[in-house]
Amino acid sequence: MTPYKPEPSRESPVGRSASHSSARAVPVRALSRRSALRQLGLAGLSLLAAPTLAPALADELLKLPLPSDPRERPITHAFPQKGRMILQRTRPPLLETPMEVFDRGVFTPNDQFYVRWHWAVIPESVDVNTFRLAVRGHVNQALTLSIDDLLKMPRVELAAVNQCSGNSRGFFLPRVPGAQWAHGAMGNARWTGVRLKDVLDRAGVKAGAVQVRFDGLDEPVVPEAPDFKKSIDIDHARDGEVMIAYAMNGEQLPLLNGFPLRLIVPGWYSTYWVKMLSDIEVLDKPDDNFWMAVAYTIPDTPHANIAPGQTGVKMVPISRMEPRSFFTNVEEGSSFAVDTQLPVRGIAFGGDSGVAKVELSSDSGKSWQPTMLGKDHGKYSFRQWETNLALPGTGNHALMVRCTNLGGDVQPTSPNWNNSGFMRNVAETVQVVAI
Amino acid sequence: MSKYILVEYILVGCLTAGLLASTPALAEPLPAIKSTSVDLPTGDSLFPGGASADAINNNCLACHSTEMVLNQPALPKATWEAEVHKMINVYKAPIEDADVPAIVDYLVSTKGEK
Repeated sequence: MTPYKPEPSRESPVGRSASHSSARAVPVRALSRRSALRQLGLAGLSLLAAPTLAPALADELLKLPLPSDPRERPITHAFPQKGRMILQRTRPPLLETPMEVFDRGVFTPNDQFYVRWHWAVIPESVDVNTFRLAVRGHVNQALTLSIDDLLKMPRVELAAVNQCSGNSRGFFLPRVPGAQWAHGAMGNARWTGVRLKDVLDRAGVKAGAVQVRFDGLDEPVVPEAPDFKKSIDIDHARDGEVMIAYAMNGEQLPLLNGFPLRLIVPGWYSTYWVKMLSDIEVLDKPDDNFWMAVAYTIPDTPHANIAPGQTGVKMVPISRMEPRSFFTNVEEGSSFAVDTQLPVRGIAFGGDSGVAKVELSSDSGKSWQPTMLGKDHGKYSFRQWETNLALPGTGNHALMVRCTNLGGDVQPTSPNWNNSGFMRNVAETVQVVAI
Repeated sequence: MSKYILVEYILVGCLTAGLLASTPALAEPLPAIKSTSVDLPTGDSLFPGGASADAINNNCLACHSTEMVLNQPALPKATWEAEVHKMINVYKAPIEDADVPAIVDYLVSTKGEK
């Protein structure tokens, strides 16, 4: 049994994929048949249950643990500045982060950070010498800022999770249309840039401003289609946390993650984190554009939950994230040596506040045991959790993990449902077998 | 002392002082921001199915590649009809009215709930 280390040495170097993650023996590492085979003999692990990943040449196809077909997705290395990714859609790109990446550390390497675009017209070249960020609208002095201008402003850094509103949509039952993500439409990075507040102050926000709208360089293929723009309230925009990032994990952003500038809205879903940010417009009335008023709206109910088919529900723009937690070294169908203490671990995040605790259940949620939390990188960051677990009898066991955030919100044990497949945050379950 | 540890000390100081939660990143060197050019994969494969896929191939691939559809689960016919009309009415897909039934038929036959 490997003792828990508060600062795990397996944490990957920021911005690079880890090459030393196998330095630490991990008896229950079962994220792929190959990695499981590597661990055979370390703790009596065997592979009675069907592995959920394609064997051996998993570089070609990977089987997501979705509730119905199609489950297989290609693994791709074909996207610029991107490494091994799950291909959900080529154009416009939807690239999912493989779950094992989250086992290597709390910071997601840039080259495996998930990718999601709405419109297919994405500039393939950005010249940082001519690029300008416009700040305009209900301000005293419109600005056109160069990258150099921003680099000269006070610099801030923040670790924050970026999660797609529809992360884990593929697990919704009944199934709903949309990108059929498993859990990898999320990532955590150290974002470096300037406070949005400082930029707005430089322009001088006029009295009566109510929202700030953000637009990027991407465009719809059909010019009449609604350009992707998002807005947040003026007080939120000036809270000193919302930032304009020019670096993630210490390096410039990959183009597909929003180079050269991306809005960072800590604790809020990624739909607001506008990529290739080029235009900031201060509004004196609420934004009623399609992407605020219709798209990315959720039922105004706890966990955005409704019954399938329910109508007449008040809809509101999606906003704050809720706590979530995941297993990163136990996969659906994994085998455990019975009555043997084995390390189980994963990641959690609190949503719009920090992680207070992460608990594990090995009896389908009837009882919960505490886990130890890893290093705290700030309230918006992933946080690792780890515990030791012994399964007391042979046969099937349902392992569950749940996070409680510092605001007191705890993951529910039954899943939410809505038409868009947004905001899943049920305590996740993996079925394992003790042998 | 690593640069990140130093940054975290600054963070602790800021929080203690009741200042901003974001961190003055004074310990970091300025990251180099360099002009970037890439080539994105074109994603120009066609829907399988021969003539039955003509309508969807002719109308739907300008805006997105085939996987948007092929990775969907089985869904009710009403859902597929709604998706096609959303593409037309909301996302302004220039789809010929006469082609709509053939597109819906293709979706229902390949991705319909049985």
